[in-house]
Amino acid sequence: MSDRIDARFRQLADERRAGLVTFVTAGDPNPSESQRLLAALPRAGADVIELGMPFSDPMADGPAIQKSSLRALEAGQTLANTLAMVGEFRTSDDATPIVLMGYYNPIFSYGVDRFLEDATRAGVDGLIIVDLPPEADSELCLPARACGIDFIRLATPTTDDRRLPSVLRNSSGFLYYVSIAGITGTRVGETDVVAGALARIRAHTELPIAVGFGIRTPEQASRIAETADAVVVGSALVDAVEHTPGNAAVAVSELVEQLKAGVLSARKA
Amino acid sequence: MDQSNSFRNGPDEDGHFGTYGGRFVAETLMPLILDLEEHFAAASRDEAFWSEFNELLKHYVGRPSPLTFAPRITERFGGAKIYFKRDELNHTGAHKINNCIGQILLARRMGKTRIIAETGAGQHGVATATVCARFGMPCTVYMGETDIERQQPNVFRMRLLGAEVRPVSSGTRTLKDAMNEALRDWVANVEDTFYIIGTVAGPHPYPAMVRDFQAVIGNEVRAQIVEAEGRLPDTLVACIGGGSNAMGLFHPFLDDAGVRLIGVEAGGEGVETGRHAASLTAGRPGVLHGNRTYLLQNDDGQINDAHSISAGLDYPGIGPEHAWLHDVGRVEYVSVTDAEALEAFQLCAELEGILPALEPSHALAHVAKLAPDLGADHLLVMNLCGRGDKDVFSVAEALDVEL
Ligand SMILES: Cc1ncc(COP(=O)(O)O)c(C=O)c1O
Repeated sequence: MSDRIDARFRQLADERRAGLVTFVTAGDPNPSESQRLLAALPRAGADVIELGMPFSDPMADGPAIQKSSLRALEAGQTLANTLAMVGEFRTSDDATPIVLMGYYNPIFSYGVDRFLEDATRAGVDGLIIVDLPPEADSELCLPARACGIDFIRLATPTTDDRRLPSVLRNSSGFLYYVSIAGITGTRVGETDVVAGALARIRAHTELPIAVGFGIRTPEQASRIAETADAVVVGSALVDAVEHTPGNAAVAVSELVEQLKAGVLSARKA
Repeated sequence: MDQSNSFRNGPDEDGHFGTYGGRFVAETLMPLILDLEEHFAAASRDEAFWSEFNELLKHYVGRPSPLTFAPRITERFGGAKIYFKRDELNHTGAHKINNCIGQILLARRMGKTRIIAETGAGQHGVATATVCARFGMPCTVYMGETDIERQQPNVFRMRLLGAEVRPVSSGTRTLKDAMNEALRDWVANVEDTFYIIGTVAGPHPYPAMVRDFQAVIGNEVRAQIVEAEGRLPDTLVACIGGGSNAMGLFHPFLDDAGVRLIGVEAGGEGVETGRHAASLTAGRPGVLHGNRTYLLQNDDGQINDAHSISAGLDYPGIGPEHAWLHDVGRVEYVSVTDAEALEAFQLCAELEGILPALEPSHALAHVAKLAPDLGADHLLVMNLCGRGDKDVFSVAEALDVEL
């Protein structure tokens, strides 16, 4: 289990507030700007960072993250660069958890063992691999857990009580609840429906639960923060990267500050 | 026969053919995929399901398709005795409809009310739109913008059949992107939507399911060649995009050691140029679209664009069962170029009075290389899996002819 993720969620519980999880794509819009952006996120209020590993065929992502992946790839981003980015980030921040998020093929191509070795050394805390369901745990989930890297799983509205135990079995760190059946960046579920889903899931697990896939505004972040342990924002941030070329770190930081204010304004249920 | 030595036992219960296949999909889709697997298994054991399937193949699709001796091609190549399996004579003009009939029957059994599909050449899209019209179900077909341009007749055909054709502008705007987009639609509409995948790829159970629906091709050939020649064929040749027409032809023969099986991939401008669609010849194993298989990819595991004059072969992957058959050596995989396929296309038209699709023209181009060295008693069956009407514009352009 990752100490940084564990410590951060314990801290959030102590402070009786929800966390803000920010997603950006590694290498978007280019390597140097992306590195600056990464360093700026904790200062702007990110409690946990999800760093996208760009892939040519992001099947579970909406247009915003698709475009962001393409920008990064066109700027020359590779998985090796992404791991190096994390290493560089760790030279000045040893507390903020970093979770790499993406698809399996680039990791499979890199080699699972080599990847886990390099990710551990760089200071990666967790992985979210969209196209590795529990049925494929032997591919990466179990080897990652053996290295102390958390494997964070998505649960969705289609994950019923029958399926939930297998989704949770080898999950660690936190659980990522996708509030709608759909791709990233589309819309967020109704607050009471999300609250009901979280109550159902909490009957099965002690893991903290982050909610995401369509939260864009401080108001939405505040609403979700009333029931979730953490709120994930991604598409809105990569949209900001797209719209402020050359100044992404500043634009994204401003947005993160506003989202954080939204999260902090939530009345904890 | 000893089952442990059979090539026909796959996949295992998790959908693996050797190390290939599997179910690499987002969590949202998992319950659905497991449900589909259960329903397909139940349908497979249900005689009523197969009799409805066979009835439709006979009276709606027009099966069995003939096995036709090709006398002038045989004479021209001057070697093996060449037969064509005429799946281009099926309703809608290709083998694709065999699979669509099977899947829409399954969709109905599962109570689904909306159909989606991806298409490259448009043949699978047309076949899907056709069965949707026949069964009164709304149909959305995803098609890359590049393919829409080069397959205009099929786009109009789908619209006439009542389907909505959604242009896909992401990525390379071809078949793989259409498949990404169809998967995105499916994730957002899991409750009511059935995804009819057009080839032996995708997450388990699709590769096995599509194969079982296409196996009618090989099963018919078995009976037809025995009737015509009194024995099994010596060689079977089929083109490979995702691999469904080839798998449908090969699968019933996998355990007949005396039958040589050859799959022909699209070599595009030449495998050495990097502009091709030959995943087995020049790719390496990876994970895409729900399964592990050979993929065209760069050193970083990013998927490369495929290139082929034939939109139906323009895909950077291949069905996982082919990947396994390649590794164990049961099937040989070769490639031919755009130029070779174009030449075969014209030859078939001139010598046999059949306009083949550009996809099986690839198979014929390989037969042209193979047949001359084989004896006159060597029986070769080629899957003529689609007709060429849809391709006349692309061919005219490639030949610099103004229509
Ligand atoms: C006539 C024809 N043949 C072959 C193919 C390639 O698919 P598969 O390899 O699955 O048979 C297509 C695909 O569109 C096609 O239209």
